[in-house]
Amino acid sequence: MTSTLDREVEPTPDQPPAPPARQLSSRERWTRRGPLMPALIFTIVVTQLPFLLTIAISTLNWNVLRPGDKNFLGMGNFESFAGLGNYATVFTDSRLRDAVINTIVLTVSVVVVSMLLGLLLAVLLDRKFPGRGVARTLLIAPFLVMPVASALIWKHALYNPDYGLFNGVLNWVWQLFGAEEGPVIDYVSGTPMIAVVAALVWQWTPFMMLILLAGLQSQPTDVLEAARLDRASGMQIFRFITLPHLRRYIELSTLLGSIYVLQTFDAIFTITQGGPGSATTNLPYEIYLTMFRKYEYGEAAAAGVVVVIGTIIVATFALRTISSLFTEEHSR
Amino acid sequence: MSTLTPSTSPTLPDTKAATPGGRKPRKGADPERAGWRWATLAWVLTLLFFAPVGWMVLTSLHREVDAATNPPSLFAPVSLDNYLAVFDRGAGVYLLNSLMASVISTVLVLALAVPAAYALSIRPIEKWTDAMFFFLSTKFLPPIAALLPIYLIVKQVGMLDNIYTLVILYTAMNMPIAVWMMQSFLAEIPKEVLEAAQVDGAGFLRTMWSIVTPMISPGLAATALICFIFSWNEFMFAVNLTATVSATAPVFLVGFISSQGLFLAKLCAAATLVSLPVLIAGFAAQDKLVRGLSLGAVK
Repeated sequence: MTSTLDREVEPTPDQPPAPPARQLSSRERWTRRGPLMPALIFTIVVTQLPFLLTIAISTLNWNVLRPGDKNFLGMGNFESFAGLGNYATVFTDSRLRDAVINTIVLTVSVVVVSMLLGLLLAVLLDRKFPGRGVARTLLIAPFLVMPVASALIWKHALYNPDYGLFNGVLNWVWQLFGAEEGPVIDYVSGTPMIAVVAALVWQWTPFMMLILLAGLQSQPTDVLEAARLDRASGMQIFRFITLPHLRRYIELSTLLGSIYVLQTFDAIFTITQGGPGSATTNLPYEIYLTMFRKYEYGEAAAAGVVVVIGTIIVATFALRTISSLFTEEHSR
Repeated sequence: MSTLTPSTSPTLPDTKAATPGGRKPRKGADPERAGWRWATLAWVLTLLFFAPVGWMVLTSLHREVDAATNPPSLFAPVSLDNYLAVFDRGAGVYLLNSLMASVISTVLVLALAVPAAYALSIRPIEKWTDAMFFFLSTKFLPPIAALLPIYLIVKQVGMLDNIYTLVILYTAMNMPIAVWMMQSFLAEIPKEVLEAAQVDGAGFLRTMWSIVTPMISPGLAATALICFIFSWNEFMFAVNLTATVSATAPVFLVGFISSQGLFLAKLCAAATLVSLPVLIAGFAAQDKLVRGLSLGAVK
């Protein structure tokens, strides 16, 4: 009994040295993979298969109103194969080109403005002051309110030219100074893009604030202490210690924010329906219109593939940032 | 030594003089007053940001005629009548649909993600980081690009306007968040604790149940709340894949507008009502919220 045990534990001199512990037997490898499999297979089936179909559909001339005689996996009839024709349409069609530009304008302005506001709020909340916990809780609220609900509230309760809060406050201020009536501004028709951006900035600022606040609070206190002892001014500390430390948190919040804002659908659907004309139609909304209003399945799929490629470009940078935060975490 | 002293000494008296004199080296840097200035700014901005939510709740308590005045009437009488009216319009069914879709998908995503996270932390597979990043990458795929094939498949298998269609989609949508969060919580369990349990002769299930579960339950709760929030708020799939039977709360809210006459106060009541579960869940999970939002990258 003991001799067999001993042999397993201590390799005899003529045996090669034991392989590194990392190398697992094939059975052990599969036991380890077992618990992962259900989640992995589920995710592949539900998220990857549809994209393969999207790519397939993007090569077809398929409009539901003009069904052809060729069948697509039992899901409906299409006219003919289009090759890359739908992609040519996506890049030349003026509506889709406008949608691309609108998407970029919307995403960049929402992300930049909410990031800056989030940074300001995070810096303010990083200091101790009376009621800080309550303030933080109140600041998260805009992110938690159902996006459709907040879009409706902005449209009707805030932007409405007759009884909205914004014009109401203007009216009140004007009357305070003796004027008959305040200005009546129609925000949604007058400056539709700004109206959508403002509502989305409001919604996304807490998201930015939370990530940046976590970054601020992860600053090593001894470094800040040392800087203060060296009589560095608040501005100097912020510029030379806090900002470099925050850089990756700023990157992360910007990239994650871009990926989420790129997908904006609720706010456009609710506040402007992409209008007036196509002034606020972004790519997700345009794809939705192409799909369920024009029934151009092939074109919609091609536009979808273009959005995916655009997202992959942004996501590559996001993944790199997350990966660097992640490896740092695990090397500690 | 003596040659060095003259060149450095002129600066010394300055620093020496400033230190015992207290902490007022510069004009306007009085920490007491500066602190108040920062606190005031923080509170002003906080209240500005919160104002739309506050206004929504306040208006939901006003009568329709008071909600539509200009300038706004802040101190109009309040009542819960609008909430009753919202329930009269059938909000209950939609809320129940939302609750079913969110709760079932949250249970399902945890049932799949916790074992997966185990295989990515405590007894990791080889190349477990690759698997982690695969899950993460699915979060970056824009759902709109998958809507058409999903719609076609769901239509073909006869599952349009079915709550379980949403359950499956929300489970997939929350999978990366759940896997990343649970992985980060499981990875925090010290290896020694698990080894000690093994030495004491505890089997796998016993270790899981009496050691691992209590240690990760706060994390599990936070993950569940965050998955619940995202499912509850989802709109794009809900509006395109459901109709009369299994439409969820956001679909109800959008349909609410087409009514005649004054509707602002009732709209605010409906918006408050559908946002309330998520506000509560979010406030309950706020310490862990950032970990969920950053997919576990920030703690």
